Amino acid sequence: MIELEKQLLFLEKRLIYLNDIKGEIFGERLNTLQNWLAKLKEQLYTLSAKDVQKNINKISAQISLYEKEAEKKLTPLDYVRIVRHPFRISLKDILENVYDDYVELAGADECNIDPAVVAARATINRKVGHRIYTYQVMVIGHEKGHGEEFRNGGSAKPWGNAKALQFMKVAETEGIPIHSYIFTPGAFPIEDYPGAAQQIARNLYAMAGIRVPIIAFISEGGSGGAEAIGLADLRLMFSHGYYSVISPEGAAAIEGKLKEGKKASPELIRFCAEQLKITAKDNLQLGTIDRIIQEPPLGAKREDYDFFNRLKREVIKATDEVILSVKSLGTLRAYHYKKNGYKDTDNIYVRWQLDEKEIQRLIQKRRQKYRNMGTNFYVDLRSPLHRKVSNLKDKFLYAKTYICYDLLRRPRRRIQQFSEEIKAELLVIFNHLLSPLVKLRNKILPPKLSYLVSEELQEMEKVCLRGGYVSPRAKVDKTISCPNAERYGCYDIWIPDLYSEFCGICPNCGHHFPLEYQWYIHCLFDKNSVKEFNAEIASINPLNYKGFDEKLEEARQKTGRHSAIITFDAKILGIELIVAMLYSDFRGGTVGAAEGEKFVLACERAKRLRRPLLAYVHGTAGIRIQEGTIGVIQMPKCTVAVREYLEAGGLYIVVYDNNSYAGPVASFLGCAPYQFAIRSSKIGFAGPRVIRETTGEDIPPDYHSARNALRRGHIQGIWDRRDFRKNLYMALRTMGGKNLYYR
Amino acid sequence: MTSKQQMKIEDIIAEYKRNPYQVFTISTPHTGIVSLKVTKGQKVQGTTGKWLERKGTLLYTLVRQGNEKRFYAPIDGEITDLDESLDGQFVEAKTPLMSIKHKLSKEEAINKVLEKFLEIYNAPETAKYYLAPELYQKIEQKGLKKALINPGEELLIMSRMKRDVVLNYEGRPGIIYVIYFKPNTTVNQGDPLLGICPPEQLEFISHLVKRIYLEWE
Repeated sequence: MIELEKQLLFLEKRLIYLNDIKGEIFGERLNTLQNWLAKLKEQLYTLSAKDVQKNINKISAQISLYEKEAEKKLTPLDYVRIVRHPFRISLKDILENVYDDYVELAGADECNIDPAVVAARATINRKVGHRIYTYQVMVIGHEKGHGEEFRNGGSAKPWGNAKALQFMKVAETEGIPIHSYIFTPGAFPIEDYPGAAQQIARNLYAMAGIRVPIIAFISEGGSGGAEAIGLADLRLMFSHGYYSVISPEGAAAIEGKLKEGKKASPELIRFCAEQLKITAKDNLQLGTIDRIIQEPPLGAKREDYDFFNRLKREVIKATDEVILSVKSLGTLRAYHYKKNGYKDTDNIYVRWQLDEKEIQRLIQKRRQKYRNMGTNFYVDLRSPLHRKVSNLKDKFLYAKTYICYDLLRRPRRRIQQFSEEIKAELLVIFNHLLSPLVKLRNKILPPKLSYLVSEELQEMEKVCLRGGYVSPRAKVDKTISCPNAERYGCYDIWIPDLYSEFCGICPNCGHHFPLEYQWYIHCLFDKNSVKEFNAEIASINPLNYKGFDEKLEEARQKTGRHSAIITFDAKILGIELIVAMLYSDFRGGTVGAAEGEKFVLACERAKRLRRPLLAYVHGTAGIRIQEGTIGVIQMPKCTVAVREYLEAGGLYIVVYDNNSYAGPVASFLGCAPYQFAIRSSKIGFAGPRVIRETTGEDIPPDYHSARNALRRGHIQGIWDRRDFRKNLYMALRTMGGKNLYYR
Repeated sequence: MTSKQQMKIEDIIAEYKRNPYQVFTISTPHTGIVSLKVTKGQKVQGTTGKWLERKGTLLYTLVRQGNEKRFYAPIDGEITDLDESLDGQFVEAKTPLMSIKHKLSKEEAINKVLEKFLEIYNAPETAKYYLAPELYQKIEQKGLKKALINPGEELLIMSRMKRDVVLNYEGRPGIIYVIYFKPNTTVNQGDPLLGICPPEQLEFISHLVKRIYLEWE
């Protein structure tokens, strides 16, 4: 009877689940089943066991039928519902059922630095022939915890992501593969050290070069939070999961331009869920994941033991696949895989360890994988001839730098060193020989003091902002109030003065009013030194998001440009540098496939031409939501490019201005070793409204201010706009050193 | 307590009952063209929020040199003395436009009385404050409102980054009536630390506060 009771309970749960996910399509039919089940429960001890079993079988068959029917009618929003359901499998279930043994690290349940992130050292066994092999792995992932409140629904806090990174490093030291399980609706948006955005950026940067295989499994991939542990060699996704740039509710709030506290209509949320292309199938099509792991109808629940068995095989297979793709195998096994591909790995033993060469191959392959992502989702408007000509130009430039820096570097340095030595020797001899004469001269004509002051002044003048540009904002004959007038008693400022002579800065308190990006292009760099490249790479509407084409066209008309980033060569006092400038006039400076590609190309150009790279953020609102996960993968893609550039010895400086938020800050901007902010700018992960809505806590008005970012250690300094040119020049000189960045 | 003091208490209470309001006059900070956004008798809301970040009801706008500035109610209350004739007119600086009649709460009324009759000792620096050991002992033994402090005696210890400075009392002999700070928490510069009252006024103030406390509606 206990067994029957258990079965009844199980059926009851299945019914509840079915009702929660897709109850609306069955209506009365589910009620009938529920009543039948309730009646059976009442009669459990009056009916014979055989009859009960018979009824149970019938109900079970009926539920299965309904589940299959519901499965066929699943909409994207239903996947969101499935993933968030408390019955859904969680990381702990996987650790219990897929791995043979595990030890949880850094905390247990509530007693944890961040209960939303679980790290565990686990073992997984595999039978090949008659032998059982045990593999060691590091499992890192989000734990949603079947409704446990302290888990925050798998929303990792900055220190949770730091914990994930800590154990990735441990795995790297031990040389064991990392399995990361993504079960997060998004990162917890708080700025406290280490900072939501900055920590994700740090994780991405580290993962771009981690020396062990990483395999990611996505169930709920909520944007930046997912990327924090998601830069993997192989990305698998559960068939009933979702992977999205923003939650459908969040997208609906933006789409509907809703006021804070107002809920979006269910239709709008459904519309957004459909437009964002969040399902596993969509993501596979877009190339943001590699494979789908099929789940039972309506998704895997914690009792689906068959699924866990299948998952175990998939986990082993995926790890094998990554290892084998870089491993130098024995002849026979190599022949086998050449013939059959990496699919048939069940009967062949693979050691999950790599030697130095294989590690290098692994990292290279990982970087190439992300480099190639999203390359089909922008257009190059240049004609084929134009493209060829500019390719040739680039090649010529690269060849020139190759000859200068690579071929001739060593001989030139030798000659330089040799001549320096000779000069030093000669100086000693001359000093000896000439010392009596010098003494005599000094007696007759006392030496004059050299006046460096005028030279210094000249130098200072050179680094002052360049004039000759008048902001169109200065053409208004009005006064304007400083926002700090109440606190500091600032007088009203006459607008033509403010935007010309004062560089948009309040003369009393130093508040920086926003200035257009053209001002920086004109005033910051040497005259005629700005030469744009890749301007023809244009943003498109890759997901055919309804109404987005018109918005893109509008942005094009408004700016006369094709994307939200401008990349150009420039000079500051003769120092050549590459600049990538995100500006807010084009779709709020959001980053999509075109912007990501242009940034990566800028990194590659800087690397090849051996020039410092400046990322000046005039404003960015984050990842472009209308591009869905194609936008999200720009985060790892660009971070990988930055890492490659830095590893080649580059000097990468980020300067934030106005408003810099979300994805870009949490990836290729936040990972920079040198980050500065212009005064009065705001830097953060999520805006105040999102913070209030997700955390339920209010934040002070200056929460995201540059001063607070500096206080938290997110940036290295705050620059005055008037000193931008000078500070940038100084930074290039001091951080870049004599040979400008090349170590 | 003398009958004179008793009378005084009655007078103060009667005065408060007759007019339980505080009136804030709203004047223009500078010249400009005014346009009023409220009507006479309208209830307005003051600045709210933990960091006073939410603005109150819009009272009027003032345009000077094409720059429109908005002015909001600083405190809850009712609009009185609204000079409607000024709407749309050019005004000089410091022209009174309206008043906000704010009804005092029980705490505000008591604080007002205390401010009037007590000598408030404010924090000279942002630091942690402790009562001087002798005074602390006195308060422990006798209780608050009984410990007398004379000029020249040690009053407080100001502690900041392990630098302790003894603050001596300078003023008329008085009784520690109220302690505003908590030990081991940082007090901002200028915030009240102690309320000290002259010994002869003690009974009077206690009675007055009690009466307000009981009778305030």
